[in-house]
Amino acid sequence: MDFDFAAEGPKFAMLLYGLVAFVVVVGGLLLILDGIPSLLARRRERRELALAAVGGAVALGPGRRRNWEWLMAAGFLFPAGLLLLIGVVIPAIRTLLLSFMDGGSTAWVGLKNYSWLFSQSETLITLRNTLIWVVLVPLVATTVGLVYAVLVDRARFEAVAKSLIFMPMAISFVGASIIWKFVYAYRPEGAEQIGLLNQIWVWFGGEPKQWLLEQGAALNTVLLLIVMIWIQAGFAMVVLSAAIKAIPADIVEAARLDGVNAWQMFWRVTLPSIRPALIVVVVTISISTLKVFDIVRTMTNGNYDTGVVASEMYNQAFRYGQTGQGSALAVFLFILVVPIVIFQIRNLRKQRES
Amino acid sequence: MATVTYSKATRIYPGTERPAVDHLDLEIGDGEFLVLVGPSGCGKSTSLRMLAGLEDVDEGTISIDSRDVTHLPPKARDIAMVFQNYALYPHMTVYENMAFALKLRKTSKAEIDRRVKEAAGLLQLEEYLNRKPKALSGGQRQRVAMGRAIVREPQVFLMDEPLSNLDAKLRVQTRSQIATLQANLGITTVYVTHDQTEAMTMGHRVAVMLDGVLQQVDTPRALYDAPANVFVAGFIGSPAMNIKTVQLTEQGAAFAEMVLPLTRQQVATAHADGGNGKVTVGFRPEDTDIVGASEGGMPIVVELVEDLGADANVYGHAAIGGASERFVVRTDRRHMPNMGDTVFIKPRSEHHHAFHAVSGSRI
Repeated sequence: MDFDFAAEGPKFAMLLYGLVAFVVVVGGLLLILDGIPSLLARRRERRELALAAVGGAVALGPGRRRNWEWLMAAGFLFPAGLLLLIGVVIPAIRTLLLSFMDGGSTAWVGLKNYSWLFSQSETLITLRNTLIWVVLVPLVATTVGLVYAVLVDRARFEAVAKSLIFMPMAISFVGASIIWKFVYAYRPEGAEQIGLLNQIWVWFGGEPKQWLLEQGAALNTVLLLIVMIWIQAGFAMVVLSAAIKAIPADIVEAARLDGVNAWQMFWRVTLPSIRPALIVVVVTISISTLKVFDIVRTMTNGNYDTGVVASEMYNQAFRYGQTGQGSALAVFLFILVVPIVIFQIRNLRKQRES
Repeated sequence: MATVTYSKATRIYPGTERPAVDHLDLEIGDGEFLVLVGPSGCGKSTSLRMLAGLEDVDEGTISIDSRDVTHLPPKARDIAMVFQNYALYPHMTVYENMAFALKLRKTSKAEIDRRVKEAAGLLQLEEYLNRKPKALSGGQRQRVAMGRAIVREPQVFLMDEPLSNLDAKLRVQTRSQIATLQANLGITTVYVTHDQTEAMTMGHRVAVMLDGVLQQVDTPRALYDAPANVFVAGFIGSPAMNIKTVQLTEQGAAFAEMVLPLTRQQVATAHADGGNGKVTVGFRPEDTDIVGASEGGMPIVVELVEDLGADANVYGHAAIGGASERFVVRTDRRHMPNMGDTVFIKPRSEHHHAFHAVSGSRI
């Protein structure tokens, strides 16, 4: 590879600009955030001193301060509120409206897009796939993460072992998909296999297969969701491992004195103790699984019956120009996610109360 | 119903030189209430955890009823433990907490129910059986932890500072409850505390530890009357004993204008082994009187008077051998001196303790 540094110069300059801009903006924000509270505290101090000096006789007190605090809260909330409005609320309403219109968004069609969603065999396969994803990924990823966290807990090479599993978290979905595409890669029989899976398959005497075309028993969908599991297991492991470490040592010791074996320790003590963390992990993975798009798009583009709601939504809206049907899929996805989010929020609130 | 024997039991934590528990020899009789006491880091908790099987024994052996349990896992030892923070299972109700160990041993449902109800009755926990630990007060949690140990009907109870998280009033109350309970159940108990009052009031015998080494084990009265060395003398009793190292004369120990008599035997022993003409002598504040100027007491200048209601502690200093030494005397409230006064103090005869100036052991 010849690499002409001079020719690439402008790109490096851009990179440098980017870095400088990032440091200036983020650093500036941090400085402001750091400075404001102490400034306010100093002002309050001064005012309280002044109040104390006049013996607190002046009734300048609570009313005005409450007003001022309300104003401050509004000031802090405004930027986030504005961005939410522009980025989430308005598009959501617009998507909802579009889902009742035809492909070119010119005429109202009522519930036609929704009846399409539940009647076409292709879309039904998409729904089936989404169901497979949302059942298997949280279940398997959490189980793998949990088993790994328990096995590796207080082992000698715990830190190394944990970072090995956690590493995939740092890779983007697209990057991970490309890696796994190599794992599933196909070369004709007789040629040198470059895909790990086919090589193993051949060693055991099989004929090399185009794995991502295997639609039987939704095998290709399962192969796709393995990528997601590979990524999410690390997340599950880290959170659950922290929860396991937070179990008080004396409870574990009390259980040992009470006579538990390793199996009972896991089911009767460890698992109930980390239940809140377990729920958080399952819910978080469920939500990101429902929204999965990158993996499907990178590996099969939703072909060969591997589409999921999010990838189908993108294809309908932006590839086939069927904005109405795409929007209907988007709304449907939203409806699927909402109950999980509500459950999650309830759960968090309950935890905070106890 | 069991005896416990530590025989040269030693624990050296990995990466440390000094043993946390150093060749501990201790025999605990059947049904006895033995208290391990000492300052923090003295190895008392480690000793208990070695008996529980939660801590390895690096040297020596531990046996329960002449059965060597040194390397047995905790569950094979038939012991129950009450932890400092109670260690209740937060996801189980009080009933389930108490029943857990029995359930694991496949005890019949009826038997579990009988034993849990019985223990709950004993500890006044009946109305809380369906509550989770977080809905209980500190004192109730402590009782559940006791209940969990009782239903096991173990050979030995182990208690690791079970009262240290309770407030002062509840601690005194629970102290006597535990002692009564133990007396009624008759189960051999090893109890760890850093509080000498707990040790003295609860234990049939008390084992005092320092730096991993057992200093003395005896009845509370014997510990108080005849401490084996300077450490035990200073540790047991409140306010602490006045302990000073002073010049040795033919008659005894020379304090300022006062000589505490020692026997010829004691003087000889004090001189031996590098005693160098010095002797360490202690006398308890409560064994000391304020006397008249002509009665052979030692003059001290009063610097603080603590009025305790029933009586008072008088703190003061005297110059001995050029250095200013502090003394404390417990006195009747009617004879309370004022700050700055000079009073004469004198230990009652035969109520002072002599120790070797170098080794610190009783002579």
